[in-house]
Amino acid sequence: MAQRIALGLLTLFVISLLIAFGVELLPGDLAQEILGQGATPEGLRVLRLQLGLDTPPHIRYLDWLGGMVTGDMGLSLANKRPIAELIGPRLSNTLFLGGFAAMIAIPIALTLGILAALYRNSLYDRGVNIFTLTSISFPEFFIAYILILFFAIKLGWFPGISNISSELSFLDKLYRTLLPAASLTLVVVAHMMRMTRASIINLLSSPYIEMAHLKGIKPLRIITRHALPNALAPIINVIAINLAYLVVGVVIVEVVFVYPGLGQLLVDSVSKRDVPVVQACSMIFASVYIFLNLSADVISIVTNPRLLYPR
Amino acid sequence: MKKTQINNKPLILDRKVSRRNFLRGSAALGIAGSTAGLLTMTGNAFAAGGKRGGRLRAGIAHGSTTDSLDPATYENNFTIQLNYGIQNHLGEVDAATGAMVPELAESWEATNGAQTWIFNLRQGVEFHNGKTMDADDVIASFQHHMGESASPARSLLDQVSSMRKDGNNRVIFELSGGNADFNFVASDYHIAIKPSKDGKIDPTDGIGTGGYVLKEFEPGVRFLAERHANFFKSDRAWFDEIEMISIIDPAARQNALATGEVDTIDRIDLKTAHLLARQSGVNLEEVTGTKHYTFPMRTDTAPFDDNNVRLALKYALKRDELVEKVLYGHGTVGNDHPIAPSNQYHASTLPQREYDPDKARFYAEKAGGVKVQLSAADAAFPGAVDAAVLYQEHATAAGIEIEVVREPNDGYWSNVWMNKPWGACYWGGRPTEDWMFTTAYQGGASWNDTFWKNDRFDELLLLGRAETNRDTRRAIYYEMQQIVSDDGGAVVPMFANYVFATTDKVGHSAMAGNWDMDGAKYFERWWFV
Amino acid sequence: MQKTLKNLSSAPLSAKFGMVVIFIYLVVAIFAPLIAPYGEREILGKAYELMSSEHLLGTDNLGRDMLSRLIYGARNTIGLALIITALAFLIGSLTGMTAAALGGWIDQLLSRIVDIFMSIPALIFALLILSILGTAMPYLIGTIVIVDSTRVFRVVRASAMNVAVMDYVEVARLRGEKLPWILRKEILPNITAPLLAEFGLRFCFVFLFISALSFLGLGIQPPTADWGSMVRDNATLISYNDITPLIPAGAIALLTVAVNFVVDWMLHKSSGLKDVS
Repeated sequence: MAQRIALGLLTLFVISLLIAFGVELLPGDLAQEILGQGATPEGLRVLRLQLGLDTPPHIRYLDWLGGMVTGDMGLSLANKRPIAELIGPRLSNTLFLGGFAAMIAIPIALTLGILAALYRNSLYDRGVNIFTLTSISFPEFFIAYILILFFAIKLGWFPGISNISSELSFLDKLYRTLLPAASLTLVVVAHMMRMTRASIINLLSSPYIEMAHLKGIKPLRIITRHALPNALAPIINVIAINLAYLVVGVVIVEVVFVYPGLGQLLVDSVSKRDVPVVQACSMIFASVYIFLNLSADVISIVTNPRLLYPR
Repeated sequence: MKKTQINNKPLILDRKVSRRNFLRGSAALGIAGSTAGLLTMTGNAFAAGGKRGGRLRAGIAHGSTTDSLDPATYENNFTIQLNYGIQNHLGEVDAATGAMVPELAESWEATNGAQTWIFNLRQGVEFHNGKTMDADDVIASFQHHMGESASPARSLLDQVSSMRKDGNNRVIFELSGGNADFNFVASDYHIAIKPSKDGKIDPTDGIGTGGYVLKEFEPGVRFLAERHANFFKSDRAWFDEIEMISIIDPAARQNALATGEVDTIDRIDLKTAHLLARQSGVNLEEVTGTKHYTFPMRTDTAPFDDNNVRLALKYALKRDELVEKVLYGHGTVGNDHPIAPSNQYHASTLPQREYDPDKARFYAEKAGGVKVQLSAADAAFPGAVDAAVLYQEHATAAGIEIEVVREPNDGYWSNVWMNKPWGACYWGGRPTEDWMFTTAYQGGASWNDTFWKNDRFDELLLLGRAETNRDTRRAIYYEMQQIVSDDGGAVVPMFANYVFATTDKVGHSAMAGNWDMDGAKYFERWWFV
Repeated sequence: MQKTLKNLSSAPLSAKFGMVVIFIYLVVAIFAPLIAPYGEREILGKAYELMSSEHLLGTDNLGRDMLSRLIYGARNTIGLALIITALAFLIGSLTGMTAAALGGWIDQLLSRIVDIFMSIPALIFALLILSILGTAMPYLIGTIVIVDSTRVFRVVRASAMNVAVMDYVEVARLRGEKLPWILRKEILPNITAPLLAEFGLRFCFVFLFISALSFLGLGIQPPTADWGSMVRDNATLISYNDITPLIPAGAIALLTVAVNFVVDWMLHKSSGLKDVS
């Protein structure tokens, strides 16, 4: 376990290096992006000086790393605001939306998947399949537009944008984020549901299942008690991937619903070349991902103890 | 967009614009177009004053997490509108007449061949922190943009050789050369007047003399302010609170308006503007300004150093088709110079250049055939790639080969614009002819994106700047427009309108055209009916 | 050959439907220039002409024939998605199975490399790469292949791990079989089901990823027609009850459903289950 965590930290370090120098490689820099079309050589020179862009990139990286280790994320290059202050509310918004969507999506996906495996090839199976497949065939922004069209514009049940702020109560927040959460649910359910179904069906031909069958155990019980635990490893992996997606991949839903999350901040900072902010966001995303993976691996091992003793 | 500057729509055409507003507005009121509707609209559009109260919520297409309150960094509509909400300037563009009128100044006067400018300040104007504005504040606010400053206003203020106060309410500027338009320059949107302490302003404190006091600013997300109780204008700033939300996605913006989440939005998706206008409770607004799109050719680079090539390309474009398909009719054709029909000295008698394949072919043959690359990205202007594709089609019919090179949006201004021999570009326009020409057409100017140099043009520029006689000035600027049109490196296919929308609860007078959204001053000028 | 035919004819209705749809799409994609009434980039008339006998689906914002663009879009979109998915699977499943079969430091190394790629959000990764290199087709393909192969790797590795600890794999190893043999004969056949399921979904994810990139301005570049961008370009119309964006979106959806029907059938066969259970 300790080794795993150490590896996770190493991964973070490598990512920070990659991102720092990746952004450095991008054509143009913060000064050029801020001044845009209005850049003159003189203006660029002064602005670079003001922004501290005259320090070589590796020195800036080391400074940043030093700060990060001591828990100081530093200041945004562009407007000199502390990055922690910039990211804090965005991160909690992102986790809120991701958590909300996961609470809806995971139970639905598992239930639908198990039932589809149980009643495979039935009308129900077909129906669920077609529905989930269709839902993931539409681009995210398009699903979002359709939900807005029906539930916000036509029916007027929900607001058309989800610009939440700290003054809202928890219930208000839930209400205002229901549509984006629903869009995300539609996006991730199919993947998890289909993997659940496939993994279970894959095991159904195993001798021990056949044995259980012959013993006269009810199909639902066979699936939940015998097949599911052994099918968990790939299912958990897919859930981990999708959970990570709910945190790091929601830029587009954020844009469409005007939701102030971390994804938009990151895209904006990349296009403006605000390296410290890009770094901080990437670190957060990477940590979330590594943490989820670690958990997925641990749970997989718990469910299939043979994995604990690799040769 | 990346760059925007003050553009003024002065004088002559204002009547026309307001009438156009009115007609559009009444059309927007509904298919029925009932008399009652028209009457309401009339009351709305021309009411002399407003009503207090309410929170105006605006959904704006700009806003970035890198935005800051520092006036030297204002570059997009979000910060510019925020600026006009909380701060004031020496002068402002009058919405009704389009003229430059004093705001924090009470009056101004140019003497000594427009080389000395005297600004008399309004007295008893109070900042949000309770301080009374005086000459020191004005000088400190100007100094923020001078010397070692990255402010875009810095190059404008290079002409100021000295600045001094004469008593507490008068500031005198000495210029290095005569400039009859210096009152426009001194009212540039960057130069917000802020309270000073020991000769310096705190650029990011968000304090100004404006109609609203800053309450909350989250860069790239939202801005909230409440009414300034001691605001010096009694007939402005009608709302109790103003809120601006950054909504980048055009569909999201229109949804927000349709569901009543906001009261007004800018940058309507032109493709669906006619559908939006049909919705009940929504008024579509349209104002013609100085915003124009160009295809600048580098005249210092082959083959564009040959004027035959430039003329061949200028004749090989159907401008009206670009206006119809790229602007969806929300604009007017250009005549290969940057002076808008709404500008004071626009050369209205200069013949419009039309699509003429024969002439294009003639000049192309004279140049020994034309085969060129056109670099475009939608970062240059919305629909730039489509425009380039259309251009390619038109030119093919004249035997001219254009290869459209699609460039990435990201980094367009640093890597393509002024680097590739031929590209696409966006200009917010400038309030005066002199400002526009000096910025982008004078030989050696830093934003001369065509690298064009014409001695006669440069000579006329200096003459026109110091000239105070209107008729002489008109003749000078007329000739300059002709020179640019016939010899210059920019193809100027069209001027784009500002298209925005409000709910029918919003009242306003005639709209200014110097910026998007009623000269970016809607927080001050509009009200709830 | 006969066996294949027999197999096909025994397929359930849904799979047959899927195959027919895929076949039609392929024909359309391959013979696009012959089928399309007009050229892909030809500007024919006014913008937004309504549906007529001349333009069956009307014209787009520049006055190009919508139907022709849809047909050419099939070629560009399917071709691209197929190439990307196939490459991603080749790389992802090979490395994934190898990692699972060998274990030890190779597994560690590969897993960590994949971790690094995966913990950078896909869109941001693509944004960085495409901004640095430009949006030319090879870069677009390369970037999405890298992104997707890491996802494939994870699923394959997880599935293969379960197989790799089985006794029969151990036996094969003790028998002295080489790695390629073990991968091909022991591991691959036992993980075909999740692999196939993943392939069906990956295929649509590639579509979606391309359209997401287009949303951020980095996808397939006009004037090349592709369905994802066509949805994007016309998306605002949906708020006004105009169904134009539903046509390319529906084209994507139909293909996805068809591909997955076929995949389901193969999944069912390979799982060794008989028709009833």
